[in-house]
Amino acid sequence: MGDKPETLITDGVRLDGRKPKDMRALKIVAGFLENADGSCYLECGSTKVVAAVYGPRQVHPRHATLFDRALVRCKYDMAAFSTDGNRKRPGPDRRSREISKVSSEALSSVVFTEAYPRTAIDVFIEIIQADASTRVNGLTAASVALADAGIPMRDMLVALSFGKIYGTQDGKPAEVVAVDMDKPEDNWGLADVALAYMPNLERFVLCQMDGRLTHDEFRDGLEMIKKPAQELYKLQKEALRKKYKG
Amino acid sequence: MISGITKKSIMDLVSSGQRLDGRGIDDFRKPKITRGVVKNASGSAMVELGKTRIIAGIKMSVGTPYPDKPNEGSIATMAELSPMAHPEFEAGPPSPAAIEVSRVVDRVIRESETLDFKQLCITPGEKIWLLNLDMYVLDMDGNLFDAGVLGFMSALQGVKFPKYEDEKVIWDETGDDLTLSGTPMAATFAKLNNKIVVDPTRTEEDLMDARLTIGLKDNDDICAMQKGGEGFFKPSEFDDMLERAKKHTNFLRGLVK
Repeated sequence: MGDKPETLITDGVRLDGRKPKDMRALKIVAGFLENADGSCYLECGSTKVVAAVYGPRQVHPRHATLFDRALVRCKYDMAAFSTDGNRKRPGPDRRSREISKVSSEALSSVVFTEAYPRTAIDVFIEIIQADASTRVNGLTAASVALADAGIPMRDMLVALSFGKIYGTQDGKPAEVVAVDMDKPEDNWGLADVALAYMPNLERFVLCQMDGRLTHDEFRDGLEMIKKPAQELYKLQKEALRKKYKG
Repeated sequence: MISGITKKSIMDLVSSGQRLDGRGIDDFRKPKITRGVVKNASGSAMVELGKTRIIAGIKMSVGTPYPDKPNEGSIATMAELSPMAHPEFEAGPPSPAAIEVSRVVDRVIRESETLDFKQLCITPGEKIWLLNLDMYVLDMDGNLFDAGVLGFMSALQGVKFPKYEDEKVIWDETGDDLTLSGTPMAATFAKLNNKIVVDPTRTEEDLMDARLTIGLKDNDDICAMQKGGEGFFKPSEFDDMLERAKKHTNFLRGLVK
């Protein structure tokens, strides 16, 4: 992991040269896989994610069937080779089970589940390379994959992180709210918030926070993500257009 | 499963600011805390929150530190949603709901930094204390998040380190007190019929659109948050819940201090 850096932001410039409101370089490809009904490949800096959607299809096990709506199941997983340092033990752990739960709930709220009762919509998120903010990048990709599968949705879902990092401003110590945490910021930062957001309806469907934030800093963060969220939304639409317009 | 008539009455009541158990939408159930219910644990507390009842217990064990934190101990939090507590709870490995409860409760306590993990170091790089925070749900009537944090913060007070000599723990002889620098608390809200109620019951949780747990430190700084459920929150609803959380966490903190 390396040693704790002295500063994560100096006079408004982060370690990798970004400003507080900047996302890392983004790349979104819709329809990345052959077999899945919908899929997406996403890069955010060096975080790399593949998302796939199967469904609506029959529910297995049958007793999990919901009779008035579709069951949206999301499985978030990190590949064994995805992390820096040691190999990650493959398969679900407590962290990934929790992320899968909240991601399933977030995706359920964006899909018109009532249109497909007694079916399952399965969403698989695989983190190929992890460089922080993996759960939110997974959800942004999952949303593109759902749209690619032709599943009717209330809005797209854009997901991104913000946090609080320490550093200096004009030579004085400072704590700064910034969007899209990268690995050093995630490891050493003072707070980390994962959000999933419907950009047109302004609805938040995922919110997980840890660290230390004042109420004002949280509100600042909610405000600050609006512009990068629009940027992500635009890229999602471009990726889908590219596939379907040829 | 909830009958249509119960659902309708809850939704009708909440739209006029009332609830099935007589509370208003911003009333927290008055918890009853009983400390020291398990003498074999280093710390314990039973929390009764309405008809929800949990026992939070703390056992210490000796472990090895993480390589990147050679002089820090740690905590490990588990929630056991026992089948005795509710007809829908099943025996077996922890459900996603149980994992979520334990991880959110853990986050509130850990991220508040009330516990300086350096005090859990026995021999740097070799031996540390691991605080095992286990909560058993005996009766489930909603809001395990806030009950869990309240239980553990009550149980953590008065924990003493056992003696550790020649690679052995001497449980009968205790030494220093565990030091806590604050009392983080959590307040959980549920959105029903576009109204936001605090401290939801199980029935309200079954019917809710969305849920938000907010962990606050003594100075009202936020230390953890978790949204759940298939619904959504608007930005103004976050403001409302953050403001209300201050009052509720202060109330809960007052019961423990």
